[in-house]
Amino acid sequence: MTTHPPSPPAGLTLPSYERPSGLHPPLDSPGYRSTALRAPSQPLLIMPQRLTEITGPVLGEGRVGPADADLTTQHAGEPLGERIIVTGRVLDSDGRPITGTLVEVWQANAAGRYQHATDTHPAPLDPNFSGVGRCVTDSEGRYRFVTIKPGAYPWRNHPNAWRPAHIHFSLFGRAFTQRLVTQMYFPGDPLFEYDPIFNSIPDPKARQRLISRFDLNLTEPDWALGYEWDIVLRGSAGTVFEEQR
Amino acid sequence: MSGLALTPSQTVGPYLSIGLPWPDGPTVVPEDTPGAITITGRLLDGEGAPIPDGLIETWQADPDGRFAHPDDPRGAPAHGAAFRGFGRCPTAPDGSYRIVTLRPGALPSPDGGWEAPHLDVSVFARGLLDRVVTRIYFSDEAEANAADPVLSAITDPARRDTLIATAEAGDQTRFQLTIRLQGEHETVFFDV
Repeated sequence: MTTHPPSPPAGLTLPSYERPSGLHPPLDSPGYRSTALRAPSQPLLIMPQRLTEITGPVLGEGRVGPADADLTTQHAGEPLGERIIVTGRVLDSDGRPITGTLVEVWQANAAGRYQHATDTHPAPLDPNFSGVGRCVTDSEGRYRFVTIKPGAYPWRNHPNAWRPAHIHFSLFGRAFTQRLVTQMYFPGDPLFEYDPIFNSIPDPKARQRLISRFDLNLTEPDWALGYEWDIVLRGSAGTVFEEQR
Repeated sequence: MSGLALTPSQTVGPYLSIGLPWPDGPTVVPEDTPGAITITGRLLDGEGAPIPDGLIETWQADPDGRFAHPDDPRGAPAHGAAFRGFGRCPTAPDGSYRIVTLRPGALPSPDGGWEAPHLDVSVFARGLLDRVVTRIYFSDEAEANAADPVLSAITDPARRDTLIATAEAGDQTRFQLTIRLQGEHETVFFDV
């Protein structure tokens, strides 16, 4: 049993984080069939942010090995496919870089196949590609991965359903409120308009923010194409919310 | 203030187990740590079926109610930053999860009063387009639970009970809590 002093300390002042409305996909999104039995039916209860919410795990270098940021060098041979560099900054909406934070990624291989027991897509596995990466952001909030461009793949959501090529990203930020798992897409994918997961985001402009940007300056000659994608996590409450693009 | 537009969420999909589990994820502290408790349960869908492709993440204070975090205005914990406070466990084919940790302390609340010992929980799964957030409280903290501001804001006692882990057969080191995403006895989820 817990014992504690009879009265709380005075003057406990905590940061507070904005609460975006209409940004994330509705949990009940009928176009994505798996939401039908998994989306809660009761409305979410508003919970004030207190100590547990404005803190979060500090997960840095200890979680990352030397080869974790280069998904093309984790095996004896090189994986097949188009070698790419994916980099960008993790920021909060106040524009502050989130430094020293863990970024985790996972993805399909170049043929659109995940190295997972339940992926039955009849496309080849690549013995030289696991599709898992981790890194920690630097002093400017920047992350950088070297990987293979993932392939599109079919799924059973509806007839002739295909996911646009994507990389899954997991972000912690500095507080429990900022935790985010999302997907990064590639510019010009013809599958965007058919994908109920991409289109579950209500605002078409917000969908565009999940699409990386090809950058010739990040592209390394004779070696790999470069894509840039910044991730913006919740900032302080009271931030004026403006569309950037 | 630049007011950058936020990045929206997407589902973890069916293959989160490629990228997110850690070998030591479920053990916030090693199993043989004095005072360690286990919290187990199952993640269920709207038909009561187990969810085998989910992930449970927990975040909590240390036994003194402290966080090794720069935004905790009370300063560094007495025992340093050794306590990770964070757990993550992928769900098994039967929907089960298991977290080994230390019992968190009570927390002072900025609005006065105290929060009862609790863990914040994020649930991820295929079919969840954003994480859902809930809490785990402890059945043997009845007095603290009765005064807790989050539990007190839930008017229906049956709904409140969806957040309270029960001690198994009176063993106050082994707690159990089922997380139901939808339907009868649906767990209370929060907008934080």
